[in-house]
Amino acid sequence: MMPLLAIDLLLLAAGLWAVIGLAGLLASRQPRLIARVLFPLGALVGLGVGLIGLTALGANTQTAVLAIGLPDLPFHLRLDNLAAIFILLLGFVSAGISIYAAGYFRDGEGPSPGLLNLEYHLFLASMLMVLLADDAYAFMVAWETMALSSFFLVTTNHRHEEIRQAGYLYLLIAHIGAIAILLSFGVMTSGSGDYSFAGMRAQALSPFWGSVAFLLALFGFGAKAGLLPVHVWLPEAHPAAPSPVSALMSGVMLKTAIYGLLRVSFDLVGMTLWWWGVVALAVGLATALFGVLYATVQSDMKRLLAYSSIENIGLLAVGIGLALLFHSYQMEALAALALTAVFYHCLAHAGFKSLLFLCTGSVLHATSHRSLGKLGGLIGPMPWVAWLALAGVIAGAGLPPLSGFVSEWLLLQAFLFSPGLPHSWLNMVVPVAAAAVALVAALAGFALVKFYGIIFLGQMRDPGLKEAHDAGPLEKLGLLWLAALTLLLGVLPGTLILRLDAATRQLLGKGLAERIAENGWWMLAPISPAQASYEPMIFLAIIAATLLLGRWLVHRLYHGRVRRTPAWDCGYHFQGPRAQDTAEGFSQPIRRIFEPMFRMTRHFPTIRDRAPTYSVKVEDHLWYWLYLPIARLVNALSTLITRLQGGRIAAYLMYSFVTLILLLLVARP
Amino acid sequence: MISLTGLLGQLFAIALALMLAPLLTGWVNQCRAWLQNRSAPPLLQPYYMLHKLFHKDVVLAEGASSLFRAAPFIVFGCMVLACAIIPSLSTDLPFAPAADALALVGVFGLARIFIALAAMDIGTAFGSLGGRREMLVGFLAEPALLMVIFTMAMIAQSTSLATIVETLAHREMIIYPSIAFAGIAFTFVSFAENARVPVDNPATHLELTMIHEAMILEYSGRHLALIEWAASLKLYAYSCLGLALFFPWGIAERDNFLAMSAALPLLFVKLTIGGMLLALLETINAKVRIFRVPEFLGTAFLLAVLGLLVRLLLETRV
Repeated sequence: MMPLLAIDLLLLAAGLWAVIGLAGLLASRQPRLIARVLFPLGALVGLGVGLIGLTALGANTQTAVLAIGLPDLPFHLRLDNLAAIFILLLGFVSAGISIYAAGYFRDGEGPSPGLLNLEYHLFLASMLMVLLADDAYAFMVAWETMALSSFFLVTTNHRHEEIRQAGYLYLLIAHIGAIAILLSFGVMTSGSGDYSFAGMRAQALSPFWGSVAFLLALFGFGAKAGLLPVHVWLPEAHPAAPSPVSALMSGVMLKTAIYGLLRVSFDLVGMTLWWWGVVALAVGLATALFGVLYATVQSDMKRLLAYSSIENIGLLAVGIGLALLFHSYQMEALAALALTAVFYHCLAHAGFKSLLFLCTGSVLHATSHRSLGKLGGLIGPMPWVAWLALAGVIAGAGLPPLSGFVSEWLLLQAFLFSPGLPHSWLNMVVPVAAAAVALVAALAGFALVKFYGIIFLGQMRDPGLKEAHDAGPLEKLGLLWLAALTLLLGVLPGTLILRLDAATRQLLGKGLAERIAENGWWMLAPISPAQASYEPMIFLAIIAATLLLGRWLVHRLYHGRVRRTPAWDCGYHFQGPRAQDTAEGFSQPIRRIFEPMFRMTRHFPTIRDRAPTYSVKVEDHLWYWLYLPIARLVNALSTLITRLQGGRIAAYLMYSFVTLILLLLVARP
Repeated sequence: MISLTGLLGQLFAIALALMLAPLLTGWVNQCRAWLQNRSAPPLLQPYYMLHKLFHKDVVLAEGASSLFRAAPFIVFGCMVLACAIIPSLSTDLPFAPAADALALVGVFGLARIFIALAAMDIGTAFGSLGGRREMLVGFLAEPALLMVIFTMAMIAQSTSLATIVETLAHREMIIYPSIAFAGIAFTFVSFAENARVPVDNPATHLELTMIHEAMILEYSGRHLALIEWAASLKLYAYSCLGLALFFPWGIAERDNFLAMSAALPLLFVKLTIGGMLLALLETINAKVRIFRVPEFLGTAFLLAVLGLLVRLLLETRV
């Protein structure tokens, strides 16, 4: 009997997810069964998938052929190191989200739990298949299944008009992106008719067609990931979806697009031009700055996180651009550094963003408010959620010692050692890009402090919040799992990068492993300890030791007495919750400094107003500059076309006749 | 790997920072008072303050959460770490590889987030105002500081502070234009980060202009003492960082006690002069409106980027 290979086990896992989904349909009358049995089972499968992904890193590439598919085009599957990283991400992160979802989805909300369960697990299975696919056909089938299942998940609460609209927008942009991806694959086959990825690797494209394929892939995958200017679906769809689904989409699905971009640009195209890197870098920077600025001014907690996801995708694109740039000049050591930063940031973002989205889910369940203006002070009734969210906030702000900092650090190191590029003007552009990355990271801190401070700290802005309850046990377990991932990624970067190195080596032929392995497991020194090093364990240990020692000494030498009184506030005693900053108030400096970046409609009260009101609405410029003109154009074209459609059969016969004549004239043998 | 003398030197550096930091604050206050024609408080006033505050009961606002109580300790821990990794006496610090210059910026960022969150915790008007402004200053100052560090790191081809100091101390006595730009930017940033005059006024209270003081209004007793101590440590850390980056001469390179004992008086002299300059600059400047602060820090950011560009454009690679 043949031993079971990792790829077979992964196929089995995808099958199990599908079976779990279908089983829910049979048991759709028993929501408790679905929540307590099927979702935890799905989480268990996810854990298995993650472990297989972890062991597959560094192992040999495995391939398989599935008999399903077109008659002469069966599904080709392949498990290599690049796929393994993303499979590991999918498995581990989805395990946490599924276990949370087991506690989150309750009866009486949205559609039947059986249907939800089916869509959810199909979504997971299709993402796994996207990562395993080794031909364009299998890839597109899995990609479309992923888009459709997530569309149905986004429109779970389809009775709301705006959720239907968000779902429509998502579907539209997902398909425009899918067309671009399909075209990109078509270009890469270069007419050979061989749609397997192996066939595409074998083609030698001219620089022109190679660039076309790359740009199409950048656009297509960018539409899924949320790169500018095709980002507009993200802030609509994420708030519309139930929180575990938002977590899955933001944490995992966006990364499949990053996977696709990496697969095409480093593996399939088979060449790298230096200006591809510059394009990706520029688009990434614009996206990151745009995302973070809009994140700071949002008043809806899930929208804020959605914009922050756009920012992180932008940073990933910056890393990819940098890696492409170095790769095109055969500076593989630096390319490896940038690419490692990309991989690490994928993992880090998947962990902390899912964690934050799930925390908003708990807040939403406990308070049924999504607007920051109605929240506040939730650290009192919900200490678990609040403290775990703090881990996500620190990681998301890119601060040590958690996961977000490691990737940011690696990215900045890659920028720092960039001089040496042959073009002198590139040498200058790169540091300016580094400055922009630094600005983005600092602004992310602002956005997340706003997110955390307004939701969890301060006084309650709504009297109903006192009845808020903490997350249930299963939800806590899911949150704890993701917070643990965030911590682990933060403190053990050396060990993990040694594992990720197999993928870097696969794509670039060179990795960071030798130099990292020279030092101890606690130290991360990608170049040499004299040039740059980071030891998060010692970092954390010093802070923790000072904290505990300081506390012990203070209590020992002095005392630990505490008295409770009303707040001092400079003696001002009307201290209602309305005296605090609102979400709008907190971001006022940003709106003022970056005023041209936003399209603002403001209403100021005047002295004579009986009931003075202040309102501010921030909208996206691109919506007005790009999307509305396109929509108007499409509308105008369709009115033109309806003129042809007069409803008279004689006219239609005439059209057919004219077409026939024309064809006969044109298509002469 | 870690020598005993190195470890002792490290612990000594931390202890020195803890002891010396309030003295530096006292010295700056004294110089300021002299320059402003006031009678100066005693030099040791910050120590008396700390002692008094540690003795007092903590008066905690009713709405204060666990985060509010943990924040002073975390901020203090961050500042101790910062002082431990910045070379003040010797570059041979066993803890220094724990965090390079980029991670140092991260340490300051971590402390800032905690203090801003703690300020928002009680939910008073002043608290959230202070937190918001602190984050405003932070997001402008942090990239500028990073760019300064980038410039220095490019010269030294390393982000490790020890290596930067050793490289810079051994170069010839030429003023690089990039270092001049970076130096000015760093001065701007350290004024903003330490709540000094053009941006914030450490002596102010009950004014709508305050930033740092607005955040810590609700703190009292040992919590306030720790925050004040941490603020002194931050000033000390920034001073040592400035000295290490721009005046690195005299910092011992190996763990011999002779070099270190020579470095100690030199550090004293440098800090004394540095404190006087700080007080002078504070006196001749006026506090700017809060909405001029972005211009001030934007200038710092641009200068730092300019320094980086000058480095890449004009200066040949060392």
